[in-house]
Amino acid sequence: MKRIATRRHVLLLWLLLAPGAALAAGTLGFDDARHLLNRTSFAASVDDINAFATLTREQAADRLLAWSGSRAGTPAPGWVNTFESPRRVRGMSDEERKAFQREQFEKGVELRGWWLAEMLTTPSPLTEKMVLFWHNHFTSSLQKVKSPTLMYRQNLLLRRHALGYFGDLLHEVSKDPAMVVYLDNASNRKGQPNENFAREVMELFTLGEGNYGEQDIKDAARAFTGWSIDPDSGEFLFRRPAHDEDVKTVLGRSGNFDGDAVLDILLAQPRTAEFIVTKLWREFVSPSPEPAEVRRIARMFRDNRYNIKVALRALLVSDAFYAPQNRAALVKSPIDLIVGTLRQFRFTTGEVTPFLFVSRQLGQDLFAPPNVKGWPGGDAWINSATLLARKQLLERLFRAQEMLQPAAMRMNRDDGERVKDIVKPGANGKQRFMRAMMEVHFDANRWLSQFRPGDPLLARVVLAADPASPQAAGVQGVDMLRQLVLDPVYQLK
Amino acid sequence: MDRREFLSAIGGTAVVAWMPEIAFAQRVAAGYGNLLILVELKGGNDGLNTVVPYADSEYYNLRPRIAIARDQVLQLDGHSGLHPALQPLMALWQNRELAVVQSVGYPGANLSHFRSIEIWDTASKSSEYLPEGWLTRAFASSPVPKSYAADGIVVGSSEMGPLAGGGTRALALISTEQFLRQARFANPEGSSRNPALKHILKVEQDVAQAASSLNADYAFRAEFPNHQFGNALKTAAQVIASKAGVAVVKVSHNGFDTHSGQQGVHQRLLKELAEGLVAMRAALQEIGRWDSTLMLTYAEFGRRPKENQSGGTDHGTANAHFVLGGRVRGGLYGMAPALTRLDGNGNLPFEVDFRDLYATALERWWGVNPSVALNGKFTPVEFIKA
Repeated sequence: MKRIATRRHVLLLWLLLAPGAALAAGTLGFDDARHLLNRTSFAASVDDINAFATLTREQAADRLLAWSGSRAGTPAPGWVNTFESPRRVRGMSDEERKAFQREQFEKGVELRGWWLAEMLTTPSPLTEKMVLFWHNHFTSSLQKVKSPTLMYRQNLLLRRHALGYFGDLLHEVSKDPAMVVYLDNASNRKGQPNENFAREVMELFTLGEGNYGEQDIKDAARAFTGWSIDPDSGEFLFRRPAHDEDVKTVLGRSGNFDGDAVLDILLAQPRTAEFIVTKLWREFVSPSPEPAEVRRIARMFRDNRYNIKVALRALLVSDAFYAPQNRAALVKSPIDLIVGTLRQFRFTTGEVTPFLFVSRQLGQDLFAPPNVKGWPGGDAWINSATLLARKQLLERLFRAQEMLQPAAMRMNRDDGERVKDIVKPGANGKQRFMRAMMEVHFDANRWLSQFRPGDPLLARVVLAADPASPQAAGVQGVDMLRQLVLDPVYQLK
Repeated sequence: MDRREFLSAIGGTAVVAWMPEIAFAQRVAAGYGNLLILVELKGGNDGLNTVVPYADSEYYNLRPRIAIARDQVLQLDGHSGLHPALQPLMALWQNRELAVVQSVGYPGANLSHFRSIEIWDTASKSSEYLPEGWLTRAFASSPVPKSYAADGIVVGSSEMGPLAGGGTRALALISTEQFLRQARFANPEGSSRNPALKHILKVEQDVAQAASSLNADYAFRAEFPNHQFGNALKTAAQVIASKAGVAVVKVSHNGFDTHSGQQGVHQRLLKELAEGLVAMRAALQEIGRWDSTLMLTYAEFGRRPKENQSGGTDHGTANAHFVLGGRVRGGLYGMAPALTRLDGNGNLPFEVDFRDLYATALERWWGVNPSVALNGKFTPVEFIKA
């Protein structure tokens, strides 16, 4: 379709774009670039915004996707290659068990710290956004899996395929040991089927509710019988004697299916592509997906062998992505808020433990989503306790430097119980936490030196829309930043 | 515009005639003068060692290591008795202010903590996912007066549970002091057409409204025990003592997931529970609210009758719960645990649907039509005096 611009339109367009730098036709300009980076990269530095402002939508999306990686740069904790079966506990004395549980707990904290550190330092934040997206899609939780090693391995798997092919991801994650434990497939045996995985793979991983029947679940469960794990190595193990070799009927097709065959049947359904695109839409575009656009992009997605980059690119160049009503339309997740703030303002941190604590307090405990549906997200992130806690965090981060120590002391008073909770056991946990809090540093003068005094660009970098509260006049420096980040709009992306 | 705004916008009563469901709500709005306190026993309390079927030999067969000895049990009748740590509750029992409901559960029990508490919080069937809590639905159909500080308050947890979702004015707070200190972050100004921003502004306004009518300085003579649960109840009591009311308060008591070495831990937890509830009763009597308060305990599930190899218990199904209050009709309700009729996992059958308890609170306590909140008909348990 050819666009015909009248003179009036051109004039209007020029007026809209005028605040930015001189724009070549079709390039993003400052605000669009900021929007794109903020949505896909946790934060948007002025340099990146300026670099992206001169690109077209397509060039910008391609550049982001080309930056993506499939390996983490942060060194993994030392223990990730040893698997200690949680079943070991059975033969232990009370004392041994306590020591084992303490060790597992500390590994869990290290594991979370490893991922958070990666999010804070990665050159490709989009990769981490996608790993987190898949963690919230193909959920598993330390709470049930109980093995930090298996959860780490699952993270590597999600990472390998984060921007790869959804079909490969689905097949591999279905055999992922943490998943096999999490959705009870280890106890899915011929004659004693456990339907948990079969149900969730249809309801939450591929088709979505209402696109299959109970009989489909029953038969699919039989196809997954025997998909288990080796309790000694923690590796996937197919137990042939436990596998049901009889004919199954799934979504109208019959045969002696195994699990892979059922997954292929699910991938052949157009609903699967639509379901994933809808979810990506909610993550990147807006809370209200447009059905026709979803179908269009889902068809591209399926036609391109479920190449995740194709779907994401289509969303990131769409008119809907840049539509005015979809700006500041999404609530930042706790991770968006924490990682975004630390990255946006180039905070330096020591140990990241305090931020794991805060993220959990705000409702997002990495590696431990609340249930198989994952974090509900959206408006549900915000209630009185979490909103006040978000603001409390921001207020602490944007206090003048000399105030940081008392701030840490206050953290002690208000949150003592919870601090104990996350850093338990270990008597030095609390001190470690306090020390880490004091190592958090923001060089406000350096950050602010990017802007002229009174530069309106500053608010456009920090906030996704105009502030909701009136900003007090004459406030300067870190006080002005604090005022901006405490505005309700800062909770939005 | 939600229904509440709609009603107030057009003056409320004028539309009642052609909106029968709202007519019901309007008629009984005064019902929220009755306070509901929910006490969540997080992790799944072991009902069998809380309300002990001491006359049932099967109980002792199933629990050779952790059963409560017959001579330790605080007898309620010839079959059931309380764990000795619950001694403080005996005064309420004798006063007929404590109801004990046994074999509470639901069909198709789910043994996951998260999923099962979600079922309890949303009052869903075990096969359905509902987006909002049962109280949220109740308050949407029968609104709490706007003059109240909030519809409900959750103490000590940031999960809204039965108050999640929708347009409920529900607040989560750790302590009233901390809440009032942090409330300065909330700005009651501002409106927006952006739905996400609108939600945030609403939360800020709810915080500001509650903060303006809550105080943290009522000096109770009643002393609250010094542990986390006691502190949570103290906070709850502060909220209740404030001039502007709330319809519901939820507090949590944590740590009931006793998979191993249960005896010592459970003894402590029950002692804390009983001390806390008795302190709460004293505080509520002090401010004249005991007769207008109904307290209910709940948990995601009970625990398996057969003890495990670690001197603990695994996730189970049906459970015993307490109901307390000045207008409670004390006694035993429901059915003693059917230890000889366990299911394939070794778990108990239920007799009283948990939604029957909710129906009692909604209909008998608040005078609210329960079928909207509970998506169906449930039978109130008659533990409230007429």
